[in-house]
Amino acid sequence: MDRDSLTYDRQAARPARGGRRAALRDRRVEIVLGAAAFAVLAIIVAMLVTVFARAWPSFSHNGLAWFGPGGDVDAQLRAMQQLQPLPGHSVYWFRAWPLIWGTLLTTGLAVALALVIAVLAAVFLTEFAPAPVKRVVDPAVRLLAGVPSVVYGLIGILAIAPFVNSHLISQHRKESVTYVVQLNGADLTTATLILMVMILPILVAITADALESVPPAWREGSLALGVNRWRTIWRVSLRAARPAIIAATILGTARALGEAVMLAMVSGGRGFAANPLDGLTFFFEPVRPLAATILQNSEGLSNQPVMHTMYAIGAVLLVSAAMLSLTGWAVRRRLGRYGIQT
Amino acid sequence: MPPPVRRIAVDRDPRVAPPRPSANGVATGAVALPLKTARAPAAVVRERMSLDAVWLAYGENWVVRDVSLPVRQGEVLGMIGASGSGKTTLLRALNRLTEITEGAARAGRIALDGQDIHELEVNDLRRRVTMVFQQPNPFPMSIFDNVAYALTEHPERGSRRRRRSGAMRDAVASALQRAGLWDEVANDVDRSALRLSGGQQQRLCIARALAANPEVMLLDEPCSALDPISTAAIEELIVELRESIAIVIVTHNLQQAFRVADHVAFMHLGELVEYGPSEEVFNHPRQQRTRDYVSGAFG
Amino acid sequence: MATAPLAPPTPVARSARERSGAWPLADRIAYWACWATGIGLALLTLAIVVFMLVKGLSFLHPALLFESPSADIKQSATGGFLDPILGTLLVTAIGIAIAAPLGVAIAVWLVEYGRPAALARAVESSVEIVGGAPSIVLAIFGLGIFAQGFLAFLSQRAANGSVYGRSFFAAGIVMALLALPLIVGSTREALQALSPRLREGSFALGKTRATTIRHVLLPSVRPGIATGAVLGMGRIIGDTAIIKILLGGLRVETVGGVPVLGLLRGTGSTLTTYVYEFSPAGEGNAPQKAYFAAFVLLLMVLALNGVVTWLTLRQPGGELPRKRWMDLWRLSAWTR
Repeated sequence: MDRDSLTYDRQAARPARGGRRAALRDRRVEIVLGAAAFAVLAIIVAMLVTVFARAWPSFSHNGLAWFGPGGDVDAQLRAMQQLQPLPGHSVYWFRAWPLIWGTLLTTGLAVALALVIAVLAAVFLTEFAPAPVKRVVDPAVRLLAGVPSVVYGLIGILAIAPFVNSHLISQHRKESVTYVVQLNGADLTTATLILMVMILPILVAITADALESVPPAWREGSLALGVNRWRTIWRVSLRAARPAIIAATILGTARALGEAVMLAMVSGGRGFAANPLDGLTFFFEPVRPLAATILQNSEGLSNQPVMHTMYAIGAVLLVSAAMLSLTGWAVRRRLGRYGIQT
Repeated sequence: MPPPVRRIAVDRDPRVAPPRPSANGVATGAVALPLKTARAPAAVVRERMSLDAVWLAYGENWVVRDVSLPVRQGEVLGMIGASGSGKTTLLRALNRLTEITEGAARAGRIALDGQDIHELEVNDLRRRVTMVFQQPNPFPMSIFDNVAYALTEHPERGSRRRRRSGAMRDAVASALQRAGLWDEVANDVDRSALRLSGGQQQRLCIARALAANPEVMLLDEPCSALDPISTAAIEELIVELRESIAIVIVTHNLQQAFRVADHVAFMHLGELVEYGPSEEVFNHPRQQRTRDYVSGAFG
Repeated sequence: MATAPLAPPTPVARSARERSGAWPLADRIAYWACWATGIGLALLTLAIVVFMLVKGLSFLHPALLFESPSADIKQSATGGFLDPILGTLLVTAIGIAIAAPLGVAIAVWLVEYGRPAALARAVESSVEIVGGAPSIVLAIFGLGIFAQGFLAFLSQRAANGSVYGRSFFAAGIVMALLALPLIVGSTREALQALSPRLREGSFALGKTRATTIRHVLLPSVRPGIATGAVLGMGRIIGDTAIIKILLGGLRVETVGGVPVLGLLRGTGSTLTTYVYEFSPAGEGNAPQKAYFAAFVLLLMVLALNGVVTWLTLRQPGGELPRKRWMDLWRLSAWTR
């Protein structure tokens, strides 16, 4: 907690004029403000409790197998919406693995790609770009951060997906898998590419900032030893910026994890577990990450089983986001010990 | 009534000898320079770099004006002068470090072994002419990696040497020995370099500069941030190294220049006022300005 | 040595950046990769903006901004954007109206009081959790709360007696949760950046802490609060998930007869859900309208970003220290 140099205590706060009344009023203000803070705390605790409480039935009916594979997720959701359980299972039967796998795939690939591109872009901005070029590229990257997800989704579904459909997926490939799934351009590739563009600005901005904060003495020292600019950045500056890059990656992952709208529009709508063993077709198979699933089933939330299942998915997302924050905090603390600032 | 004025008396410390009338011709009242221990000049002295009518500017501001100097292996060239005299800029021009500043301009010729340094590839040049800075700046890596840095990044000397190979370890050990740091760190070279003390860090920077066998070493006030013991260690080191490497040292500390340098160049406001063997410049300066500076009249 | 001032020589060479031509191949590849990435990103941004512009402007006339939309198979009969625009403005207004005072109160309490310490830590953590929670989770949480019987006054009852749970009220309140962490963060940083002399001086004059806050500190951090509010607005305007779940419908429909209350209890749409519905993911029969609405949305968000930049540059004493700017910017780029 940050306070100024004066410790807050009754003595210091007692004014020379105004006497008891002013001190009382001061205390009242503190209580009011504290109540506001407490109210927010209460709301958030209520949110956590609600989400987990409503998620519980879905978990209790499925146990740990909730996270596992089994059956067709879409069929399971349909069964819940129609309140007609599939033969041999309860209406709550749900196996979320295809959704989890879809989330892991899109998030993982998007973050990995974005990291590489972001580091290159940040190095470009801080080291290689001449001033006039930098003045153009810097705002351009920040502008990318301002684009709302639904706009990305729109571009994806109206421009990128058809392009992928007609130019990257051959007719032969479509026919070879028709009996299992339709390939129509709304798939892993499109989703991952757009998601990557969405998290790029965060990564670039934080990495560029960290590179600029590297002490110039190190850069000068390395250049004076006859090491060229790129190797200097690679071995000294980026190394010094590592904690910031890790923090940025965690932020980007959290952002990707929570992205519902764009993915709902673009990733294919089918709860299909894309199989890497399918070779190149793997990249064109539809996926549906967790957050997008909630959004796409938002109509049927008055239905009990559906509601419990959606809350269960929400609980998984919340826990993941919280764990990411915790990881980020722990990483920054650990690396701070080696004298590298974040 | 204001309180009575009390005079604070200073006891003259009886152990400090009063200043002697000078035995070596410096004007009385001047700083008494210690008698220099007789030091044999190096076996071979040959010219490595030459500066020819060098002018340097930052923007429109001419910081170095028409300076011509030789830099020889086998001797230490000391550059002295007040702040703003352009000595640091001149030093940085010797390995083209002035180029990392926008808007720096130059005229004149600086040559390394007869070749104009601006025709050499800049990183090549900087490997042959290395620099140690005023503030020690070890990289945020282990001691070993710091010293090996120059070696791993110079790929054209054969293939990029593998880190941790025997040859690399030997090279690092020998550099640390030359820098006089080996005894203190031999047991743990994988420790982070940032944990060393100031004097050790500066010696590490010197070891780092030595690792690639430079031909000329530039030192920019290397001891100004260090305690006297580390300073003495580094000065000894410098004198040892002059046999194999041409050394140029910029210093504010006149006594240090007197102790360490064989030839001294005095600069003032960008111009080279006087250049000569250190005995001469300190004891029999020819220019009035030199005399004033050396006697402490300004600086 | 000449005693007259010397004239600088005429042939003068200016320093140039280190050329990459002589670098080893691997390093040169990296150099060109960096250049390609930088220019590529700039081109990508340009492409997105130009694409939206072209697609959006190809089929519209300004009158559409003032017409209400109607669901229709034929694209030409689907009307304009009036309701979504109103919806966006309304939701943003409600959201900020709730989040700003609450956020400032929390920030002030955290910085100036913060006792007991456990409570302060809990409040800090919970604000961070809200900041990190995906908006879809906040949305279903909101639906769960507002569908409760005792909150029926905030929305409406459906035919079978259950509470609908969707209304401008509901959406606005949950939007406030979305903007809250940004306002708290921004205000807090601004308060922490104030010199302690300010507070010491005020106390030395005999003022209470409350008076100090009200008359000295808050006026000084107005730019910080404004920045947080504008960042929050940007986040609210760009969000779709909460609206989709907490605000069904297309046209603004009021509930009951009471003028303002009826509007707030009613449903409608915002630009974001409008785009979603009119894209192939929704009804999908008016892509051109979707493009234009998306373009308007983009303009609004960019204008807000511009305001944020302007605000941060107006800080007393010149530019905000870069690190703080980065933290704010980072906060704003959170889940939308």
